[in-house]
Amino acid sequence: MADEELIREGRVWLLGDNVSTDLMMPGEVMRLGGEGYRQCFRANRPGWVDQVREGDLIVGGRNFGCGSSRPAHLNLLRNGICGIVAESLGRVFFRNAINGSLAVLTCPGVSKAFDEGDTARVNFSTGVVQNLTKGISLQGIAFPADSPPMEILRIGGLMRLIEKELAKKSGE
Amino acid sequence: MGMTLAEKILAAHSGRDAVKPGEFVWCNIDATSGGGLRGLERLGVERVWDSQRIYVTDDHLAPPTSISVANDMVETRRLVEKYGITHFYEYGRHGIQHQVFPEHGYVVPGDLIAMADSHSTTGGAFNAAVTCATGESLYIMTTGRLWFMVPESIKVELAGTLPPWCVGKDVVLKIAGTHGTEAGLYKSLEFSGPGVKQLSIGSRMTIANMGVELGAKFAIFPCDETTLSFLQGRTEREPRPVAPDPDAAYAEVIEVNLTGLEPQIACPHDPGNVHSVAEVVRQHVRIHQAFLGSCTNGRLEDLVMAAKILKGRKVHPKVRMIASPASMEQWRAADKLGVLQVLADADVMVAHPTCGPCYGGHLGIIGAGEVCISSTNRNFQGRMGSPESFVYLANPATVAAGAVAGEIVDPRELYNFEKDEMTWPTKN
Ligand code: SF4
Repeated sequence: MADEELIREGRVWLLGDNVSTDLMMPGEVMRLGGEGYRQCFRANRPGWVDQVREGDLIVGGRNFGCGSSRPAHLNLLRNGICGIVAESLGRVFFRNAINGSLAVLTCPGVSKAFDEGDTARVNFSTGVVQNLTKGISLQGIAFPADSPPMEILRIGGLMRLIEKELAKKSGE
Repeated sequence: MGMTLAEKILAAHSGRDAVKPGEFVWCNIDATSGGGLRGLERLGVERVWDSQRIYVTDDHLAPPTSISVANDMVETRRLVEKYGITHFYEYGRHGIQHQVFPEHGYVVPGDLIAMADSHSTTGGAFNAAVTCATGESLYIMTTGRLWFMVPESIKVELAGTLPPWCVGKDVVLKIAGTHGTEAGLYKSLEFSGPGVKQLSIGSRMTIANMGVELGAKFAIFPCDETTLSFLQGRTEREPRPVAPDPDAAYAEVIEVNLTGLEPQIACPHDPGNVHSVAEVVRQHVRIHQAFLGSCTNGRLEDLVMAAKILKGRKVHPKVRMIASPASMEQWRAADKLGVLQVLADADVMVAHPTCGPCYGGHLGIIGAGEVCISSTNRNFQGRMGSPESFVYLANPATVAAGAVAGEIVDPRELYNFEKDEMTWPTKN
């Protein structure tokens, strides 16, 4: 497959350590679907949903997305977030994000390299994270090009992969 | 180089002789839970990969809390029939999935299971690699496969003797308090040592359950007599016990001495903010609600532990206590022994099996300024309701003692666990 690099550039929100999926998608509004995304971070960052813009990035601390396996990444996507870089990521959240085509990257040291509002340029294919505002560059841990998570991100999410496999099957 | 439990199970399911941490593998899955049946239909899938290895129940919204949930269940029942899914548990035969599925033998030693819900790690109590794949059940139901990154493993060595006032909950909270909630991030926690055989299946399930609060992908126990006797009569599948190689490589070894362990409490708003009960008692934490239930501590032995505290007493006039057995099997067993009666006599509201209060979904959501002491696994801000509420996690005895006293107290002041004169058989 021709490898186009997966790069996102945007304004940064700093969210800190142990940000749980409960904070992104509170249990009580889990089923509100379309409207529930307005409750994202209401407990830890009230008003955030009015300030975030399409194409913004999140720089998280340690264990970003810990906790419940609810599809909390959807609330980030619906608020316009296009990529996440964190010191470390909750495992289930990280898989949900990849499957939902929200690019994520683990990058030790990243939370110290940004102030909120800085502009980041993140190459999810190579793992290079740049703070364009401060002129700093860090190396994150990218997935190998031929690994399943990279394949899923490239194809646009797990649903696309299922469709592809089903098409292959019916073509046999 | 030898292999750990996780490495052995992932190798066996990916058709390789050996795997190493960091490798990506595609594996064949032994079972899953059907979270995305509607998606199957939308995609035009005619047949699922294996209609006997897909388990379906409702726990989070049991029984329906709104018309839209009720309509979802109408759809679920139709699709269960359409796809010929054999393991569907209707309300009344249901339970929290991490309880009701093992009761029906869906997990046997050696299995690799990926299913919906983060607390799937609970199944690791049965010497299997069980993990969460909520967003991926559609893929698994279609193909019977899933990708994994082979995790590093951490050996958790349990030594010493567990005191009678402690259960698995205290062990896992102690680990979270000492080593942090990232101790097992992406990793396979593998339990061993002489402490294991003292742990009931329930305590093992609690520890494996909260493995995910330590960040773990798997939390796996060895297979022993306790495992096999639990499985007896629950499954026709052949157990394939797995043991780590003596020269297996671990990223870390965590040692836990069970001797002298005190009841542990996780204070708001993080499961890793753990203190011994004595430290918390000093703060005189007034409580408004006590909750006993969930996949963490809603089994017969948990209800019995609480009943020992509650027998002949009343819940404090300014507190309400809710108990919800983790499955109908646990509910019936507790009822048969008179345990539910003891709870009801103490003014506990005894409910049906449901996730409701645990995740702040329904049936006991807490309001602003309220404090809940809970036998569940998470106390993130807003977890059980209002973002301005507070949740303390504890073992069932501490929960019941708090309900009686109206504030967090040491359960040993209300019951002599060493003499332990109230005996209820707790085998389930
Ligand atoms: S009881 Fe709580 S932790 Fe367990 S599955 Fe239900 S919501 Fe999740």
